[in-house]
Amino acid sequence: MATAEMYLSQSADIAARTLGDDTLIMSTLDSTIFVLNSVGTAIWNAADGRTPLSQIVHDRVCSEFEVTDEEAYADAREFIGQLAEHGILRITQEPVSPTEAQ
Amino acid sequence: MNLLDEMNEKATRQGVPLSTHMDITWRCNERCVHCYLDHDGKGEMTTEEIKDVIRQLADVGTFFLTISGGEPLLRRDCFEILEYARSLRFNVKLKTNAVMIGPKEAVRLRKLGIEQVQISVYSHRPEVHDAITKLPGSLRRTTDAIKHLKANNIKVSITNVLMQFNQRDALAVKHMAQELGVNFTIDPTITPMLNGDRSITKLGITLDELHDVMRTEEFVGDVAEFCAPVATVGSDVLDGYSCSAGHTLAYISPFGDVYPCVQFPMPCGSVRKQSFREIWYDSPAFSELRSVHVRDLHTCSQCSHTAYCSRCPGLAYMEGDMRGPSAADCQKSYARTGIPSAAMSRAGKTIPHVHIGLVQISGLQ
Repeated sequence: MATAEMYLSQSADIAARTLGDDTLIMSTLDSTIFVLNSVGTAIWNAADGRTPLSQIVHDRVCSEFEVTDEEAYADAREFIGQLAEHGILRITQEPVSPTEAQ
Repeated sequence: MNLLDEMNEKATRQGVPLSTHMDITWRCNERCVHCYLDHDGKGEMTTEEIKDVIRQLADVGTFFLTISGGEPLLRRDCFEILEYARSLRFNVKLKTNAVMIGPKEAVRLRKLGIEQVQISVYSHRPEVHDAITKLPGSLRRTTDAIKHLKANNIKVSITNVLMQFNQRDALAVKHMAQELGVNFTIDPTITPMLNGDRSITKLGITLDELHDVMRTEEFVGDVAEFCAPVATVGSDVLDGYSCSAGHTLAYISPFGDVYPCVQFPMPCGSVRKQSFREIWYDSPAFSELRSVHVRDLHTCSQCSHTAYCSRCPGLAYMEGDMRGPSAADCQKSYARTGIPSAAMSRAGKTIPHVHIGLVQISGLQ
């Protein structure tokens, strides 16, 4: 994992609720709807703006699901890219303060 | 099946109140001739009580939260309530007459991320709209508000409630909605007063008028398809429920009383006496409602309209039997297809000229 670290924070312009293992998210900007499965929900819940993606993947995905760090990291990058495209998730190269993360 | 349908199905299986309609006041600055509420504000929940209920709703999984009234903006804490709901990540819709929404309020609503503002417009003519609301200047103020909301990219939906006074203006209101760039829905629903008084339903359009509405392409799209009867009723329909009320939908009054829906005044409990969770999961009234499948409906399960009828169990309840037919929905199916419902046939088709009153046509844009 030689790439630069990434930090994720949830956008304020969303509505979200977790039902069982899944999370329903709707953008208030364009009403796009996402339903995250249990892996996506694990990443989403850890997106606090301060925990690096690699650590989220290791702690929340690889420890819970049978997958290697490399596979999980590649999948996670694709997943967060899709959410970021719709303004659901913000990706930064540096950690953000708790205030900024909201 | 789209994602929302999937989540609704999941919520039904898990018993989650995915949608809640919350009236934060019944007070109003308009006095619409067809309104089903009294406007007494005595005993309304306080700001903190309402916030506590909203927090409870987040805990049990509510995602869609409609804040309504009365006129919700009459409460000075309305924005505080909306802000709190958004901080808990609800998808928030606001139902309002909008006369108190100016440029500043529109900006605040945009910043809060309100999903949609739903507004009733009764006519494109001030003399008709204002006569229905009994508030001079209300059409102009409402229309101005819609422009402010649109300028802030807030989604707006206009509902045109059809009555005898205004039903001829429906097409013009639709055109007005198109010019304003907002959604449009017609609603031939005159809800009886929640105290049981049905006198205002006489304001509703007649069966003949509803027949004409249902054959107007601008309202229903493909008329032949919309009015075509569906003969087959599968077990999926019979094993299902009439609607989401009490399954994934709840209504909470300004006084903390909980019901399955705003049009289903079956008392299920009070959040001033119990938690919402206790009411939702343990109320005998909710349990009874959830036990009723379409196949348990003594008349409707045998009706040829069952596959597509929008039977409202709340209307049936108000007519005296939650498991029985709703006359208004029978009339709607009759107006749509020309085929009498099972209930109408049993009654010898004696009710074709009753005012429609509570009839809803869903999906009309």
